[in-house]
Amino acid sequence: MHPITTVHYLFLSAALLLVGTIGVLTRRNIVVILMSIELILNAVNINLIAFSRQLGNVNGQVFAIFVITDAAAEAAVGLGILIALFRNKETVNADEVDILKW
Amino acid sequence: MSPSYPEAYFPILLQVGLAVLVAGGVLVTSHLLGRRVRNKTKDSPYECGITPVGDARGRFSVKFYLVAVLFILFDVEVVFLFPWAVVFRELGLFGFFSMLLYMALILAGFFFVWKKGVLDWAKRGR
Amino acid sequence: MPDSAQILRLLPEILLSVFGTLIMVLDPLTGRNRKALLGVLALVGAYCAWIGALVSYANPGPAFGGMVTVDGFATFFRLLVCAIGFLTVLASMSYLERNELPQGEYYALVLFGVAGQSLMAVSGELVLIFLGLEISSISTYILAGFLREDAKSNEASLKYFFLGSFATAFFLYGVALTYGATGSTKLVVIRQAMEGKDANVVLAVIAGALMFVGLAFKVSAAPFQVWTPDVYQGAPSPVTAYLSTGPKAAAFAIFLRIFFTTVPQTGVMWGWLLWTCALLSMTIGNFAALVQTDIKRMLAYSSIAHAGYVLVAFTSCTPIGAAAAMFYLAAYAFMNLGAFTVVSHLSGRREQYVAIDHYAGLGRRRPFLAALLTIFLLSLVGIPLTGGFFGKFYIFRAAVNADLLWLAVLGLLNSAVAAYYYLKVIVVMYMQEPKEEVTIEPVPATLAATLVLAAGAVFFLGVYPGPVLDFATRSASFSRQ
Repeated sequence: MHPITTVHYLFLSAALLLVGTIGVLTRRNIVVILMSIELILNAVNINLIAFSRQLGNVNGQVFAIFVITDAAAEAAVGLGILIALFRNKETVNADEVDILKW
Repeated sequence: MSPSYPEAYFPILLQVGLAVLVAGGVLVTSHLLGRRVRNKTKDSPYECGITPVGDARGRFSVKFYLVAVLFILFDVEVVFLFPWAVVFRELGLFGFFSMLLYMALILAGFFFVWKKGVLDWAKRGR
Repeated sequence: MPDSAQILRLLPEILLSVFGTLIMVLDPLTGRNRKALLGVLALVGAYCAWIGALVSYANPGPAFGGMVTVDGFATFFRLLVCAIGFLTVLASMSYLERNELPQGEYYALVLFGVAGQSLMAVSGELVLIFLGLEISSISTYILAGFLREDAKSNEASLKYFFLGSFATAFFLYGVALTYGATGSTKLVVIRQAMEGKDANVVLAVIAGALMFVGLAFKVSAAPFQVWTPDVYQGAPSPVTAYLSTGPKAAAFAIFLRIFFTTVPQTGVMWGWLLWTCALLSMTIGNFAALVQTDIKRMLAYSSIAHAGYVLVAFTSCTPIGAAAAMFYLAAYAFMNLGAFTVVSHLSGRREQYVAIDHYAGLGRRRPFLAALLTIFLLSLVGIPLTGGFFGKFYIFRAAVNADLLWLAVLGLLNSAVAAYYYLKVIVVMYMQEPKEEVTIEPVPATLAATLVLAAGAVFFLGVYPGPVLDFATRSASFSRQ
């Protein structure tokens, strides 16, 4: 008996995708935007694991490990870029980054 | 959805209830029974028993941060070791040498970081 | 355990990674005034990878359980991205020297990026495509911000990073849903599942839409093009040259492969979407480019328009259209790389001279540079004898053959609009007197070599397009078993 089905996971993951997308589009703080992107990647992971369980093959789990690694690499590069920006501009707000027309 | 759906969650409800009860209970009892002493030491924030130094919002050197990011990167790379270790015997020599190559690549990265002076705390101006 | 034939099929990627890592390790060990040697090493690496792509094509076929498929299509894009990497390194050497930028990291990142793009071209499996995409993207995020002290470069890097990783996240979500809908990440198996009706169609359609959004971001097609002008303007010019060609060609490669391999009747379901995207990209790109005063920004808008032309070829949904898109990407890569290389040399220290007005009187002061820039711009217009002409010709012919007469007509009108802003630069170069003092350094040998190679490729494709087009046509049919 499995009261929690794959569909439950799909809805959870869709909700995370939504939260992440809204975060990216509306927040001003660059660190929060970065966290929102990580949220979307975690939504992907939930999907992958849920499908992996449903389909009974491990491809999804292996894929999730790659996604985790990628998320870490992306976060490291993103924070590095943020530091370079902060040294020049002393701000972490996305709407103050506006020398080039957006 | 099966009719037993809420039932499946009952233990979790029990757990939540118990946690709220214990935590709330401890707070309330200490509030009712405890003696109240106010002095400077009592009001200061708790930093593992050491006298607090400076403001909690103070800025850290970017070095800490750099090392933290590097730690995350090297940490995450280890995640591939777990699935490999599980099937190590079945993969045989090929798996062993693949992992050796992978570790060599990580080491090359570490060598780069080290030689670039990122781990060199005393040096300034990097 | 994979045998040597399988490993040989991954030869270019292995060579690029080895050379990239070697440069990374040797960088701290070489003295400050011997860094140019690392550039030479990077050139050797890119060249070896180019040869490696040919070697692995001598024995085509799948490898590593179908994750990698060496076919004509993969080889076409492998050769293209390796050539782009080679020219980028060659074009960047004097720029890095002039701006006193760290060289080792730069060359290593370019090689890693090319390795990622090459992997994208060759993989027949969504996990590997995603990995290639990310290897390419992450290294280009860093390259875009390589002028660390320059706030514009920081900003370009930040915007590229955010919109790029956002797009990747969407693409990835689509990949995860595809896996759920069809039970596999292998393109061929996905196709079989879609035809065999045991796939979840609703999930598959949502997945397709999400992947489409992610890829449209990556190729800077409208309405997902907003990041392009800012990033291309702010990034260092040689990096812009690379960004607008290498990662874009590879993104189009996976776009073509995914949609032509997996989606059963591409035309019926996605046709109108591609049609709209193509028209929007062309129109927005060309009309916005008309009013630009900064040459990098103008070329950025023009690159959006060129993505639109390639999408016209997609819309036809025929192998001829795919071949036209491949040919166009090759021609576009060389002419755009050449144009941006000239821009990068003229920009001077810290990119001070990037306004179109700064080009006044160039025809008299530097006839060689002006002539080459004229060639590249005329090719971007699509004048006969240049690669751009045959590129546009094949694309619009493919569109007309697929009964997309209206799109072809609108595309041709767009090219006419585009001619105005390209020719404006040529007019400024040859007919106007300089208004302010612009210092132009003598042309270094490496830069001259890049320009001559790029111009040679543009002329070759324009005068004798047969071999390349034949190769593209033969490789444009994807393995569907």
